Amino acid sequence: MTWIFAGMIIISVVFALFTGRIEQVSQAAIGEASSAVELCLALMGTICFWNGLMKVADKAGLTEKISRLFSPVTKRLFKDLKSGGAAMKMVCMNMSANLLGLGNAATPLGIAAMREMENECGASESASNAMIMFVVLNTASLQLIPTTVAALRLKNGSANPFDILPAVWVSSIASVASGVIAVKLFEWLTRRRKQKEIRHSLNRYCDEVRKAV
Amino acid sequence: MKLTDMIIPIIIAGILGYALVQRVDIFSVFTKGAKEGISVSIKILPALIALITAIGMFKTSGALDVLTNAIRPFAEKIHMPSEVVPLAILRPISGSGAFAVFEDILSTHGADSLIGRIASVLEGSSETTFYTIALYFGCTRVKKTRYTLPCSLTADFVGFLMSVITVRMFFGMMF
Repeated sequence: MTWIFAGMIIISVVFALFTGRIEQVSQAAIGEASSAVELCLALMGTICFWNGLMKVADKAGLTEKISRLFSPVTKRLFKDLKSGGAAMKMVCMNMSANLLGLGNAATPLGIAAMREMENECGASESASNAMIMFVVLNTASLQLIPTTVAALRLKNGSANPFDILPAVWVSSIASVASGVIAVKLFEWLTRRRKQKEIRHSLNRYCDEVRKAV
Repeated sequence: MKLTDMIIPIIIAGILGYALVQRVDIFSVFTKGAKEGISVSIKILPALIALITAIGMFKTSGALDVLTNAIRPFAEKIHMPSEVVPLAILRPISGSGAFAVFEDILSTHGADSLIGRIASVLEGSSETTFYTIALYFGCTRVKKTRYTLPCSLTADFVGFLMSVITVRMFFGMMF
């Protein structure tokens, strides 16, 4: 996070000095901060609403049913999460909202899922494997019906605004699949590195013991 | 169109109806949950301020144009029309910015043109990566996102590549 934040700002200032847009950049620095507050306030309503609604759904046993529906897929993607746990339930709710194209609902549910994952794995400064998988899935877009895109196509004189759907699905699936593969690859690499480190320290320890004897 | 407008109200009514049958004390459970939402949204505010400011500065600095020019020769190799390149670059960074570019592409080239279709598929099959990462990790104590960004950008890149390939495939406009 530090690198993304600092990197973007430093790059923009350097570029702005070259392109002579430093004035606009300084305006953006001040203006965007307050627009972030507006965005947060706008989000607060939907976050509160869906949080409340999900509590009701949870009490009624609905979230459990949905998470059981998804479990063949989620079990494999999120190996570290307890099946039937609160985190898994929220992950499934977010995924179903995403599939239905309910962006307004998916975001608060996703935030709830992240918090439940943190509760389950214990708060840590570094992201857990399940968290990374979840965020990557969300950034890759699971949406089945891009409604806003279709609306805009219709407005611009498309004969059939939904004729792009097969192309969108294939692209989405490829993008999600490559994201999942990338995450699994990184998981495997870090696990291997950890194993190597353990073996290394074990060897060193054995050597010391041998020497002492 | 109409159907998608109906989904959310139906889901809300469905959940509440089901809960009524299950004899859940709906109102007090709902307000308790909604109350938690307040602290959640306050918690994500600092991360939002940091990232949205950084993105805003980045957008206005002209770094984007330089990036677009740098990527253009590569985009030509994968047969991505150069008009779509700014959209592909903006898409992971800024949702509203990408939307403006998308609308511009559709109105100048037409929704059913090759360029319009590629732009539509690209817009429809991707997400605002940086915003999502900031928002989702913002509500946790995580400081190190580890390999999240490289994986997300890999997915985005494959999505862009595929949007060019699939449109050319499905609409028979090979090269």
